[in-house]
Amino acid sequence: MNVTRRTFLIHSASIASATAMLTFAPFVLADGWNRQAFTDKVLNDAMKDAGYDNAVKSTDILLKTQDIAENGAVVPIEATSNIPGTTSLAIFIDNNPNPLIAEFSFMNGAEPFIVTRVKMAKTSLVRIAVKAGGKTYFTGKSVKVTSGGCGG
Amino acid sequence: MTDSVKMRATQQGDFATIKVLFRHDMETGLRKDSKTGQLIPAHFIDLVTATLNGTTVLQAQWGIGVSKNPFLEFRVKGAKSGDKVAVSAVDNLGQHYTGETTIA
Amino acid sequence: MSMNRREFLQMLAAASAAGLALDSPAALSRNDARSFYDVPTFGNVSLLHMTDCHAQLLPVYFREPSINIGLNDSWNRPPHLVGEYLLKTFDIPAHTRDAYAFTCLDFSHAAKIYGKTGGFAHLATLVKQLRASRPGALLLDGGDTWQGSATSLWTQGQDMVDASKLLGVDVMTGHWEFTYGADRVQQIVNHDFKGTIDFVAQNISTNDFGDPVFPAYVIRQINGIPVAIIGQAFPYTPIANPRHFTPDWTFGIHEDHLQKIVDEVRGKGAQAVVLLSHNGMDVDLKLAARVHGIDAILGGHTHDGVPVPSIIQNSGGKTLVTNAGSNGKFLGVLDFDVRNGKVMDFRYKLLPIFANLIAPDPAMSALIDKVRAPYATKLGEILATTEETLYRRGNFNGSFDQLILDALMESKDAEVAFSPGFRWGTSLLPGEHITLEHLMDQTAITYPQTTLTEMTGARIKAIMEDVCDNLFNPDPYKQQGGDMVRVGGIHYTCDLRQTIGGRIQDMTLNGKPVDPNKTYKVAGWAPVAEGASGEPIWDVLAKYLRDKKVIRPRPLNQPKLLGVQGNHGICPSTSKTSL
Repeated sequence: MNVTRRTFLIHSASIASATAMLTFAPFVLADGWNRQAFTDKVLNDAMKDAGYDNAVKSTDILLKTQDIAENGAVVPIEATSNIPGTTSLAIFIDNNPNPLIAEFSFMNGAEPFIVTRVKMAKTSLVRIAVKAGGKTYFTGKSVKVTSGGCGG
Repeated sequence: MTDSVKMRATQQGDFATIKVLFRHDMETGLRKDSKTGQLIPAHFIDLVTATLNGTTVLQAQWGIGVSKNPFLEFRVKGAKSGDKVAVSAVDNLGQHYTGETTIA
Repeated sequence: MSMNRREFLQMLAAASAAGLALDSPAALSRNDARSFYDVPTFGNVSLLHMTDCHAQLLPVYFREPSINIGLNDSWNRPPHLVGEYLLKTFDIPAHTRDAYAFTCLDFSHAAKIYGKTGGFAHLATLVKQLRASRPGALLLDGGDTWQGSATSLWTQGQDMVDASKLLGVDVMTGHWEFTYGADRVQQIVNHDFKGTIDFVAQNISTNDFGDPVFPAYVIRQINGIPVAIIGQAFPYTPIANPRHFTPDWTFGIHEDHLQKIVDEVRGKGAQAVVLLSHNGMDVDLKLAARVHGIDAILGGHTHDGVPVPSIIQNSGGKTLVTNAGSNGKFLGVLDFDVRNGKVMDFRYKLLPIFANLIAPDPAMSALIDKVRAPYATKLGEILATTEETLYRRGNFNGSFDQLILDALMESKDAEVAFSPGFRWGTSLLPGEHITLEHLMDQTAITYPQTTLTEMTGARIKAIMEDVCDNLFNPDPYKQQGGDMVRVGGIHYTCDLRQTIGGRIQDMTLNGKPVDPNKTYKVAGWAPVAEGASGEPIWDVLAKYLRDKKVIRPRPLNQPKLLGVQGNHGICPSTSKTSL
């Protein structure tokens, strides 16, 4: 059951093409997980360490989420990049303890689109950052986290 | 741990939509046990790979900010009914989770 | 079922002549009764709309707000008009039945003249009459029907479910219904309602794969014209109410999905499309500008009795937005003229239901009597007598809230108290007995526990800022449609020109500034977190009332408001707030 991390990565590598693996470089650490970027506590550091610094604001990235988080522990995020040549997309939440939430790399027909669910500690801007054609872009939307009660 | 991964995959026109639900606590390492007052160690899925008929189409790195029982939906162009989609994930403690389904 | 207009008028006349429940016969004449509900017919598709009755089966007093502030785009626009401003905007003469129904003006005096409003037996008679003149008309219920009274709580909503079926409700959506828990809702929808009432909600899905929980819509033929009714449940149910009642469901507004549904029903041939909404009027107004293809949004939640629809322009044309008040006080009548496959014109009237102008429907009366019989003695227990008007509705503390806060602080030995800004709860006139039933009208919820918590001054401010933002955020989608948390003990200023974190100012307790670092004892009730075990609020209040026997007028702890000069959501003649 306890397949080691190493075995898993070998398995992953065997099903991934060599070129596809390059999409993680150069930010990938030895075990394939960008420890530095995921443990950064400040947005700018996290964006830089994940390779999304100097991102330009773009209206070609679409972010759908809740206006008020129904449950701060489960906030749905739907992100689409309409920027040609998009290779990866990352979610950053400015006010989370670790602003980098997740990064997705697309290859071999996968569309630059994901839906996932994230945790939010408090009201914050949610950012979707994109890498495309060697450049970086982002969009953002504020999501309100409230303690609730008192309604209606 | 295939029972930890639930999947649905459907063809819609020229692409397929794949939805994946993992059963995982996604412990942040920042939470205290209410009884002991001790920090609960971090335990979260950090790497995910998806394949279509054996070819990798999506790779993801996750941090502690992904919700408990993570959900992932993605789309693959050209994928059609009958194709096989598989996902593999590993967490920071080295536990491994896999799921596979056929596109409907 | 088929009572024609003549029979109805005869019944009204009989009721009037017999002096049935006429609080002030001088205010009535047969002509008054006859003409009041004589709504000219129009077009070929009619919809009757009720919402937010909060389980009031019998006629009640309900005082409309003296403070209902709109800011930014809502400044001095419906529904944020009160008192004289509302009368002027909608051309309603002062000192009339309508003025009594739609405003707080001269409330206790007018209430004695015009009497109680609402009541399912009276509503049933009116619905039958309107259906007789409008063949095929559908009765739509916007929700908040199963909660708000003792009998609804004690029967888990069954009294209202049975009454709704007898009334002939066709389509329904919900909000407080969900506080009975997902299983109870499913049981009612799948069994009691099966084949009679369609429960629709386009915005509720499962937490796992996002599957729909209820049908999004229903298409019904009215005079051969396909009409789609799409449901929109309260989007913020799991935030405003405890999430643990519906742990596997997610709500939200979901504009995109709504647009898909509108396109889908149009594609299926619907010639009129209506959204039965529990969004609240401000959310509906924003939504109407952003989603196209909806002819009317029949709205509720915010309890705004708005006599005239707002007409909102969007990319596909125009959408009407209405809000039909609360506590059984009103019935909306929307008539469409549908020709050449689309709505060409409309008429709308929001009818106040005056119990003494309408004869109660015998079958509904019998059902209500049957439901109440086992609880009659308990409900009728007199706890105290009030010397002032008791009410809740309004942006800040109402007099019944003040009573609750005072009772909480005294019985829990707390310096501060919070009570939720609910918009339901009936009113009492000076001199009336406060019965257990009245008390339950203010408190009948499935999470009634009282709490006593130590909080720092900073935490208290954060809670007040949070709730205040849910009321006054400039973006309607970030509002929840409740009123400001009622605050006992702490005096404060509320600066409505500010944003979250800056609105609550000058907090004092017993004349001293509230210290952010000091800890205070705070009493409250209705906790949204699971696992509270405190004594139910009604027990705390009943003890307090029995002890006091007479409730004298007490000062309302309303904040000093900044940034509201010239705001028509504040009634100059009746609001006690300082500006």
